[in-house]
Formats: sequence, C-alpha cells, structure tokens
Amino acid sequence: MFVCRTCRQTVQSATYVQWPSRACVTAGRGSFEQRRGVHNTRVQCQSLRTRSAEENDQKFQRPMAQTTIDEEEVKKFSNLAELWWDEAGEFEALHSMNELRVPLIRDALVNQRQQESEGTVRPSLPLEGFQILDVGSGGGILSEPLARLGALVVGVDASEENIKIAQAHVMHDPKVARNIKYIQATVEDLVGTEAEKFDAVVTSEVVEHVADVPTFVTACCQLVKPGGSIFLTTLNKTYLSYALGVVVAENLLRLVSPGTHDWNKFISPQDLQYILDQNDFSTRLLHGMMYNPLMKRWSWIKNTSVNYAIHAVKAT
Amino acid sequence: MAMSLSLLFRRCCPKNRQALHRLFSTASTSESSDDADIVISGGGMVGASMACALAYSDSFADKRIVLLEAAPDRGDFHLPKRYSNRTCALSPSTAGLLSSFGAWEEIEMMRSQPVRRMQVWDSCSDSMIAFSQEDMTEPLAWIVENDVILGAIMRRLRQAPNPVDIRFETSAKSFVIPHVSESWEEKSKHPWVKVELGGEKSIYTRLLVGADGSKSAVRAAAKLHTVKWNYEQTAVVATLRLAEAIDNNVAWQRFLPTGPIALLPLSEEFSSLVWTTTPEDAKHLLKLPEESFVDAVNDAYWHERDKNALADKAVDGFSQLLNNIMPGGTAMKQLPPTVTGVEEKSRAAFPLELMHASHYVRPRVALIGDAAHRLHPLAGQGVNLGFGDVECLTRILEQAVAGGSDLGSLNHLLTYETKRQRHNLPVVATIDGLQRLYSTDFTPLVVARSLGLTAVNSLTMFKNLIIQRATA
Repeated sequence: MFVCRTCRQTVQSATYVQWPSRACVTAGRGSFEQRRGVHNTRVQCQSLRTRSAEENDQKFQRPMAQTTIDEEEVKKFSNLAELWWDEAGEFEALHSMNELRVPLIRDALVNQRQQESEGTVRPSLPLEGFQILDVGSGGGILSEPLARLGALVVGVDASEENIKIAQAHVMHDPKVARNIKYIQATVEDLVGTEAEKFDAVVTSEVVEHVADVPTFVTACCQLVKPGGSIFLTTLNKTYLSYALGVVVAENLLRLVSPGTHDWNKFISPQDLQYILDQNDFSTRLLHGMMYNPLMKRWSWIKNTSVNYAIHAVKAT
Repeated sequence: MAMSLSLLFRRCCPKNRQALHRLFSTASTSESSDDADIVISGGGMVGASMACALAYSDSFADKRIVLLEAAPDRGDFHLPKRYSNRTCALSPSTAGLLSSFGAWEEIEMMRSQPVRRMQVWDSCSDSMIAFSQEDMTEPLAWIVENDVILGAIMRRLRQAPNPVDIRFETSAKSFVIPHVSESWEEKSKHPWVKVELGGEKSIYTRLLVGADGSKSAVRAAAKLHTVKWNYEQTAVVATLRLAEAIDNNVAWQRFLPTGPIALLPLSEEFSSLVWTTTPEDAKHLLKLPEESFVDAVNDAYWHERDKNALADKAVDGFSQLLNNIMPGGTAMKQLPPTVTGVEEKSRAAFPLELMHASHYVRPRVALIGDAAHRLHPLAGQGVNLGFGDVECLTRILEQAVAGGSDLGSLNHLLTYETKRQRHNLPVVATIDGLQRLYSTDFTPLVVARSLGLTAVNSLTMFKNLIIQRATA
C-alpha cells in the first residue's frame, strides 16, 4: 500500500507509477496511467503536473535559466531512468554490451580518420569531431559513452518517454550533456533534413523491433555521409536464435522480459547485407557475439547464429 | 529584472542551458559545490600512490582528481638522520608500480635496504626455512621507512603532468552515496557521490575512492560489511643498533608461542624490530629501560626454553631422511646478528587485527589498501596488497575511460573487486592460518608444523613458487 503524495490517500500496488488516488481522480486531478514493470515506492498523482498560475509566476521570479524539461517532469523521469540505468537490472545485457559496441565503433572510426588525414587527436577523446547518430537510443545507454569519448551524438527514439528519460539522466553530467542531443522522431523523419550529415549511424538492437526493415535500413543508410559507416547489431533468424535468444533468454533465464523479441522480426546477416549493398554500402566486418549469462559478459565469437554485428562503409 | 536575466541567458547561450541550469540551481542555495571526476579520501601511502598513478596516466589527462588528506602539509620531504620506527617491506611488484611514476627512483636516492635472504624458524623445534632468490642478485624485498615512501610519492605527485588537487587538513565530514545513504533519499537525489567537507562546502564526484585506513569512514558510509578478528596481540616496533656493521641484507623471523619477532635490515648498523606479542607483554616491553629491552630482544632470538624434545627428534630424523633423498637440497641455518642498542624514543606499539571487507565496491565507491583489508604483519604483505589494489584499479579505470564508460559504473568496479579479492583472499587466509598455527606450543601441532616446515624447506621449487606468489 502506498500513499499519494498529494492527497495522502492510500493507492494501489507499487508496480504502477503515477497511479493517483481515487479522490484525486474524482476531483479531476488526474487519470489512471500505466507504466509497465516499474517499481517505485514514491507514488504521486498527476496533480503535481498541473500547477496553478501563482506557482508558475513564482517560478519565473527565480533567476533560473529555463531548460527544455520542467523540474517535476525531471523528477518523474529520473525515477524511470533508474530502471534503464540500473546496471544490474532489466537492461543489464545492454549495459555490458557496451564493452563490445563502443570499442568496435571507436576503433573503426579512428582507423577511418587515420587513413584519411593526419590530424592530432587528444588520446582521451578519440571520437572528437565525429558526428554520430544513435537510432533507437532508448535511455541513452550507448549514446553516453560515445559522447564521453568526444563525439557529437544525436540520439533518436520514437518513444517520447525514452527521450525524456535519457535527457533526465545525462543532465547531471555537463561534460557529456553538451555533446548529446536527443530527438523524439523516427529515422524516416530525419531523412528529409539530415541526409548525408553523419559520419556514423548506429542502430544497436533496434532492427529486430522494426516493422519494415528495408525502409528502415535504407533511411539509416541515407543519413550517412559518403565514406561514412553504419553499425548494426541484431539477432539472426535461425533455429538456434529462437532457442537461445527467445526461449532461454526470455523465459528460462529472464535476461530480458518475456515478449521483448519476436522471432519473426529477426533478420539474417545475408539479408541485411543485401539491403546494405543495394544502398551502396560495402561490409567491412561481420562478427558474432555471445552473452555469457553466468559472467554477465559479452564476447566476440565467429558464429553469427544468434547475435551479430555488422560494420559497413558507404561508397564515396 | 530576474526574469529578463533568464531570458537574456536563454537567448545568448542556448547550448549551455543545461550547464547553466546546474550553475544557477546551486547558486540559489547557500552551499558551494565542486565537481570532480575522482575523489580519493585519505592521503597515506596507498591513497597518494593512487592519486599519483592517475596523475601520470594519459587517460586521465583532462580529468579532475582530488586528494583529501587530514594531516597538514609538511612541504617537501627532508630525510631525517634518524631512522623512523615504522617500516614496510616492499615487494618487487610494488617497486614496479612506484617506478611507473618515478617514486622508486626517489626512494633509492633517499634510503632503502634490499633483502636478499629471509630466514624463518621456530622456537619450539629446530625446523627452519630460508628463502632467497635463485642467484641472490634480485632482492626478495626492500625495507623502506613509511615516511620515505610517502615523501617520495608526494614529491612525484606535486610534479605530475596532470595536476591533482591536493587538499591538506581536509577530511570529509560525511558522504552522501546514492541508493545507500539515508540522507540521499530526502535531498536532491543527485546521481553522484557528494563528499561533504563541512562549512557548507562539498564536492560532487563520479567516483569516490576510499583509502582512509582500517577505520575507513568511506567504508562505513557505504555500509560495507567486514569480517573482523581481533588477534589479541600487539606489535612492538623499534629501531635497533647491531653489534657490528655487517652486510645487512637478511630478514630474520623467529616464531615464539606469543608471536613472531622479526628483525628487518635498515642499514649496515641498524635494523627495524617488529615484535608481535601479547598486549601485557608489549606494555611491559615499552616500559623497560634500554638495556633490559635489548636483553629481551636478544633473549627472544636465542633462548631454547620452548624447545619441544619430541619435535626436535622428529625434525632430526626427518631432515636426515630428506638429506638422503635430496642431498644438499636443504638450506643451512644461519645465526642472526646480536643487538646492542635501541634508538631512544623509537619504541612504539600498536594493536593488531584481521579485517577484510566482504565487498570492495559499491556503485561509485571503491576501497583500496587498509580500508579493504588489514593483515597480520608476519609476512610483510599488508602494504603490498594495497599497492596491488592501486595498480589494478588504475588499469581498470584506464580501460573504462577508453571505453567511454562512466567512471563510477559498477561494471568495471566489480571487475576490480573480483580480481583483487581473488588475489587477496588466499593471502589473507594463509597469513591468518600461519598466525594461528604458530601461536601454540601444543605438541602434536608443533611436530606437524616442524615437519611441514622442514619439508617445504627442502622443496626448492615450491619455495620459488611461494616467492613468486608473494612478490607478484
């Protein structure tokens, strides 16, 4: 039983955030809003979001620069951010995948730059000067390390909630925040204005959630500069990936919540390479990845039957 | 007026909005807060060397490191004529770490004494074991005074390419650790660790390294559980003058039932005493006049009162057997030097305990050195484990920076914990086991340990393995 912070009535179970009390709903101060699987003992009504005019005036009188999010929303999304950013929580596998993804992207881009020019690079900021688009950035798990290495990252996600969570999390670290911009949009929306603008486009663990893969990948390809790179990590469509990636991972070991992956949406590397090829990309690297659930670590393997990563470069 | 100010800022610096938000939100309270990448709490040998290792590392060139030390700034270190009574036995791997930032060369320029041979024997029987590196050219360890070590490290720290913010006479009043401290829930819920320095000053840091000794405040704030054991023993230290100037490169240790007495070489004429004994005995020793104290030390090394006849016979028979199987394999027993004087005011005592933290890390917190583990000094391993922690953590943090991760991220901190616990726990357990084994004069145990020691003494390969493990 938990207590609504506004009207002090006891409310329903803690699996729902923003579950206002009956009194608040009756008073028209909020509606029932469901959040999946979020455990939060600090329950509050929607009422805190709607403020009176006086409160708004008071806010303006404080000498405070305005940010793009207001304080109450920040608090709400900070709590949700804890779920995304709990390294031992639901997204554990994504956090540990950074051990493979970030060096892959970093080394590929640094090599690319070395081949092109001789410019001096600060050793602690190897990706300085690169513009990277992170498609399906989620909570910013991959965007933040890339930004910390010096890249200018644009994180794109179709879910507004994810964007706000990512912004709320990165807000506290000014060094990283000045290198990231989160946009709520789909990739197709960006093609109109940002075509051929990015040194690299990264879509990690996104392709298996997309409805129309060829259109999605084509849109991603169009956003890459000539000579730039695209990085994709996803799951293969094989019997083994069904057994390990869906049955074992979701139902037996609960590494991800059940229903996360739909095997029919998985795509084989050959199909993906075909789409990339049609968009003038040549594959530089195709490598399998394996997750060890005991050690909670990913490692590179030759076999691409379950998880794999592709790095392809656009023709100049 | 205030409203137009905010509008002005909005128009002028749209990109810095987020940075400004933080600036303004802190200015509206009376606190002044500071930002750091790593805060090291505790500027002793281990804490200072952690700061030094990070300062000399390329990966940390643009990172802000703060070192908090409660003691006042003693300026540049001047080598005193008299030897200090607190010394350490540094292993070759520690020497490697210290030379990576140039502190080892400073120590060698000041004073250090290499140990080329170690002899350990029992008072209850004739068994003994002697360690030495194969060709007697590489030292097993170096005996260096604690002040010299710290002085050398601080000197190098002040000259580091990436300047470290060293704050003397500063110790944290409290720590607010996310998800752990009670005060965190109530206040701003900032995701970083807040180190409160008192007087409304505080530092927000991505990673807090606790190097503040066995009574660590960081460990307490992080609510890390420890396994403790009070040995009911006190170590008496002193600087002793030897009867004659010798090539002093042997460390002598005799196990008495009350505890081991160790003589560590400092120079041709002086040696450092570390005598572990019961608290009553220690008090008594400190009160003795100089002459009596010297007599007590010599007596401890030479007396035969505890000799167990059965053990003697057993060892005799066993060593004869071994000589037949492996002739010439056993090292010969040498005689320790006689002590003629003790430096005045060099006698001191401190209590001993075993302490080991069950976890070394929390999100954004890591423990190194005595804050994580405290051992019995009988094998001289304590500070070497601490320096090993420094080396491991530095390497892991460098890898984390190369991978763009947040410094306080639990992933790599857990790697550090696993690596170090895998290394430290066997050492802690072995030394504790040895201490218990040798603190009795119960005949069966005496016979067993004497035979065991004699056997190990003749197995050169096994001894080399032990040396490797101890110096790694």
